[in-house]
Amino acid sequence: MSSTQQVLTFGRSIVAEESRRPRWHIRLQGSDTSWAIAFLIPYVAIFVAFVAYPVVFGLWMGASPTLYGLLLSDPRYVTTAINTLLFVAIGVNVKMFLAFLLSGFFMNRSWWVRSLLVIYLLPWALPGLVVFTSIHFMLVTQWGLLDSLWRAVTGDDGPLFLVSTAMAMTANIVAYIWKWMPFWTLIFLAARMSIPQDIYDAAEIDGASGYRRLIYVTFPLMANIYLICTLLSCVWTLGDFPTVYFVSSGAPARTTDVLATYGFHEAFDFGYPNLGVAAMMSALPLLIPLVILLMRRVRATGVQL
Amino acid sequence: MSIALTPLVRRRRRRQRRFLTKAAAIGLGIFLLVWTLLPVYNMLLMALDSDADEFTGSLWPPDPDFSSFASVWNEDYWLMAHFWHQFANSLYLGVATMGLTVLIGSLASFALSRLRLRKGWIITDFALLTYVLPTAFLAIPFVHIMHRYGLSDSLWSVIAAMVAFATPYAILILHQYGKLIPMELDESAKVDGASPWQIYLRIYLPLMAPALVAVGVYALLLAWNEYLYQYLLLSSTRNMTVAVAINQFFDSDEAPWNYMMAIAVIYSLPPIAIYFGLRRFMVAGLTMGGVKG
Repeated sequence: MSSTQQVLTFGRSIVAEESRRPRWHIRLQGSDTSWAIAFLIPYVAIFVAFVAYPVVFGLWMGASPTLYGLLLSDPRYVTTAINTLLFVAIGVNVKMFLAFLLSGFFMNRSWWVRSLLVIYLLPWALPGLVVFTSIHFMLVTQWGLLDSLWRAVTGDDGPLFLVSTAMAMTANIVAYIWKWMPFWTLIFLAARMSIPQDIYDAAEIDGASGYRRLIYVTFPLMANIYLICTLLSCVWTLGDFPTVYFVSSGAPARTTDVLATYGFHEAFDFGYPNLGVAAMMSALPLLIPLVILLMRRVRATGVQL
Repeated sequence: MSIALTPLVRRRRRRQRRFLTKAAAIGLGIFLLVWTLLPVYNMLLMALDSDADEFTGSLWPPDPDFSSFASVWNEDYWLMAHFWHQFANSLYLGVATMGLTVLIGSLASFALSRLRLRKGWIITDFALLTYVLPTAFLAIPFVHIMHRYGLSDSLWSVIAAMVAFATPYAILILHQYGKLIPMELDESAKVDGASPWQIYLRIYLPLMAPALVAVGVYALLLAWNEYLYQYLLLSSTRNMTVAVAINQFFDSDEAPWNYMMAIAVIYSLPPIAIYFGLRRFMVAGLTMGGVKG
């Protein structure tokens, strides 16, 4: 395929092209491929240098089996692992279920619900660092806002939020729900709005109204997207860092850490990067099945991520 | 049962039920409003309290005082001596991430969806995997690798990380949105003698503009709101961003929390402005390709 030939082909009129379509098509395919490769080079380079290499490097750092023996002998690690499971299991499920219910509320198109939606989505746009720090200070004893509110209502001093492990963990989960529920509400709202009205009309004729409409029409139609969103959110939440880092900071006495913050402290405060990587990699037995399940659901249902 | 009721009673019942539903909706609305705004209000409350060391623990600022904002503006406290420089760093980080993500993402998605590269699905699958990956898990090896690249304490190391994490989403969204643009446009341009580069520049980019804005806003907010990578990769005062500077207050012995919250409020303003200004594009970015059936 010489360049002069190509110029000639390009120079021809459309009518002439039509008659010779097959040859023209085959020839351009070749040059298209080289263009495509050229267009892909920046992305592939970024991917190899800043995603694939760190992944491989991380796997290499956490490859030694002795690291896992060390981890399991650390009681803090066991607490951390349990915390992470609780954080994901409770945080994601409560958040998703509430987001699903609230998306129904926001289907109401009156002016005040629509303006409320705008404000309600604000946490999604705000930096996690800022809002989680603010929530942290709300929980501080003596002068935190929640403490003041408690005193205004009951007249007593508020509970010591960050002194009890259970309460600090609850605070982490509530803060996490506060930050991420709006985002998923929006996703579910979009999914609800794409359900055609005639399905509801038909259901109405068959006698489904009120809560039956929710159970027999809306939920089955949204089951796929609900499942996929939950899986995706589980994967992301397993590696959640800012919530716990800022809200409870592991308090009291590093009993509310999750894997990401535990690994962070091991690597950068105590100087054991390999142990930190191993802590995060210990999520892989959960992470990999979740990702496989997610990918298969995405393939099977054609839901676009 | 309903047959026994007179129409009047039935109508009154219906009206009653409608009133109750409305009251419940308004109650829920008020709760959501308070729930959403409470942490935001707390930021303002702390920023407006001039007595930084001994907070009074009141529900509203006893004597609202904008002096902490003035101090941040004039950089007259040692922890925020370079505030505007750091603000510019944050902005630089956000804008560079945005530009590179849009450029690299659009090039890749054009190659994958318009030029119909064989085996292109491999790249799409890797993009999807990267999108799903929890990024905090990569932080430790990433820091080591940036040392090897000689990029430690450089804004470009954070930009690289953010672009690497944002492009997969860009590719997925653009791929999805691109399906709305008929292939016949490309074909006829090709017949008129346009090279793929010209098709990309003259046809693809202009028609994809709404999706490109959505992707750009996503990348900008990702880079602006992210914390972990900025904290790990930027250490010197000259190179650090506002997010890292805020965290420095925790490591200091003094605790001028009102200054810290004033910085936090100022730092939150650009995302809030973007959110209110470009909300439509952000929402569209989710619904046109986003997690949608």
